[in-house]
Amino acid sequence: MPSERIPREAIAARLAETGYVADRELATALWMMDYLKRPLLIEGEAGVGKTEVAKALALVHGAELIRMQCYEGLDANSALYEWNYQRQLIAIKAREGSGERPESIEALIFSEDYLLERPLLAAIRRKDPPVLLIDEVDRADEEFEAFLLELLSDFQITIPEFGTVRALSIPRVVLTSNGTRELSDALRRRCLYHYLDFPDVDREAAILVARQPGIDASFALQVARMVAGLRKEELRKTPGIAETLDWAATLAGLGVGDLSAEPEIVHATLLALLKTHEDRARVTPEVTARLAGRAA
Amino acid sequence: MTSPLASPASPGAGMRRRLSGFTATLRGAGFSVGRSETGDAARVIASPLADRPERLRAALKALLASNRSEYERFDELFDAFWRGRGVRRAQATVALGIANRARRFEPGPGGTGADGLQQRAQAQTPGETTAEGRGRERGASAQETLARKDFAILAAGPEREAALALAERLARAMRARVTRRERARRKGRRIDLRATLRRSVARGGEPIDLKFRKRKRRPLRIVALLDASGSMEPYVPVFTRFLHALSQAFAQAEAYLFHTRLAHVSSALSERNPQRALDRLSLMAEGVGGGTRIGDCLGDFNRVHAKRVIHSRTCVMIFSDGYDTGEPEKLASEMRALKRRCRRVVWLNPLTGREGFAPVARGMRAALPFVDLFAPAHDLESLAGLERYLARL
Repeated sequence: MPSERIPREAIAARLAETGYVADRELATALWMMDYLKRPLLIEGEAGVGKTEVAKALALVHGAELIRMQCYEGLDANSALYEWNYQRQLIAIKAREGSGERPESIEALIFSEDYLLERPLLAAIRRKDPPVLLIDEVDRADEEFEAFLLELLSDFQITIPEFGTVRALSIPRVVLTSNGTRELSDALRRRCLYHYLDFPDVDREAAILVARQPGIDASFALQVARMVAGLRKEELRKTPGIAETLDWAATLAGLGVGDLSAEPEIVHATLLALLKTHEDRARVTPEVTARLAGRAA
Repeated sequence: MTSPLASPASPGAGMRRRLSGFTATLRGAGFSVGRSETGDAARVIASPLADRPERLRAALKALLASNRSEYERFDELFDAFWRGRGVRRAQATVALGIANRARRFEPGPGGTGADGLQQRAQAQTPGETTAEGRGRERGASAQETLARKDFAILAAGPEREAALALAERLARAMRARVTRRERARRKGRRIDLRATLRRSVARGGEPIDLKFRKRKRRPLRIVALLDASGSMEPYVPVFTRFLHALSQAFAQAEAYLFHTRLAHVSSALSERNPQRALDRLSLMAEGVGGGTRIGDCLGDFNRVHAKRVIHSRTCVMIFSDGYDTGEPEKLASEMRALKRRCRRVVWLNPLTGREGFAPVARGMRAALPFVDLFAPAHDLESLAGLERYLARL
């Protein structure tokens, strides 16, 4: 048994300690990952803190976080392993006249020294189970998804020149998706599922308090209400939690302690939240004043 | 309350039976719950999580829901089954799931007349299966007169059927040529060391022949939005047939129908037999009436469907005459949003080919700035002209 299971209450408590303010269902889902040994698939809009879940999970278990960012065209070589061809070529050239036996050269250049570990291989070669974050899996191709599915069920990798590498420990796997592409049913069924929504006002305020030392609780609530109001406007890009944190930090830096007191500064600093030209144009000073008045 | 949750969790036979009842309820509501999930659910019920209903609910939700809509419906179903709350609402949810599934598997009512049409359609096809590219072109030119006839004038009867079959062949031929052009590219930008080393074995270990790698090209995806309003009526049969063939030929094609609202009709078009596909399509498009609300329908598409069906190599084709009863501003803003998402927007307007046509309809004028290709689509020849454009994407 690589690591003992942590009770659900302890997971919730430790999550809070790490500064991650989770909704209640998330702690249960994280506990179930260990109990059922299944990966967790997290979906949600951009900016709701999907990646943060994996980071918090790593902290909860005191484990290493190995992150793999998916992108279009990601193939098995850049996800699993690659031989260091440049070094291999040099090694061959350097030994050309030395009269060394070809077998020994071969054994040398296909040894571990010449193997470049990529995230998936790294994740299964650790003694202590790490947290493997497969970020934005929807950006990778369908073929890669199928390959991933195989790895997630067997946890072993075959390298032809090297042999089969079995997992020393089973990593805790977190997958995230933005929904740019529909994931296959097979992958969905293999995983536990959690949908992360934008936090409600109280939770967002709690996040601000946890992440922004020294922020006033009532001001945090104001900021959270204001951002919640903005999210209800029809924006092209809805501000995420990271943006809220940025904005709160900006306001704190400018010495604003009450949103309704300084409408010009509030409106000017909205550039931390609104990231497109159209959204900027849509939220006029009047709209800002209305939202701020309601939030205060 | 006789809730089993009140008793300490020991997954006795009774509990197991209730669990399988619950998974059956979920399946009825459209969830796909397999055997391994059921087994794990039993383990969850045996775990300390089962002591508290909220936790058990959260746990089973994480396990048994597999997308957002299931995730959001789960609590209601759970509460109704295990705690007897909100039963009526949950039944509605279940009924909805059943209705959806029933519709999906319902065979189209192939009328008696359909068989005759089918045979005729098959009689048209052998040329398509045997001939190579050139043969296809010749086939098309042999029916030149037909190809130039306005769809609106094509009456019912054999002439129309031939035109439909021609539209279908055209769509298939398009696919064949579009792909051939892609394959011609040979050199890449980066050296593929893995392949180069493998190749060097033949040269005694010297890497003489360099291998390159190039980006894998994603196949073109076509998303078609077909206006099925009253003013488009004469053109709809030909366009649906064309779309049917496109969705058969392109591995990735999605189709939508709109008039006052938007309907996703890809599942109907995946039916192999064209006549049955059309029958199913007309079933799905029922409720046609009133004016066309292009802006609202596009908005619906942008919000709900676009994220899923549009990727970096998607071409959106809109078949419409541009007569919109909604606000032109709305249409313009939705077109702008659509344009931002996809690679190309093609607007095919059957009226463009008519003599003396100018895009004066307010909706059409509002949409034009966001259209990459505004092309006529009043006869088969104009549809054939599309191919050149698609190949460049």
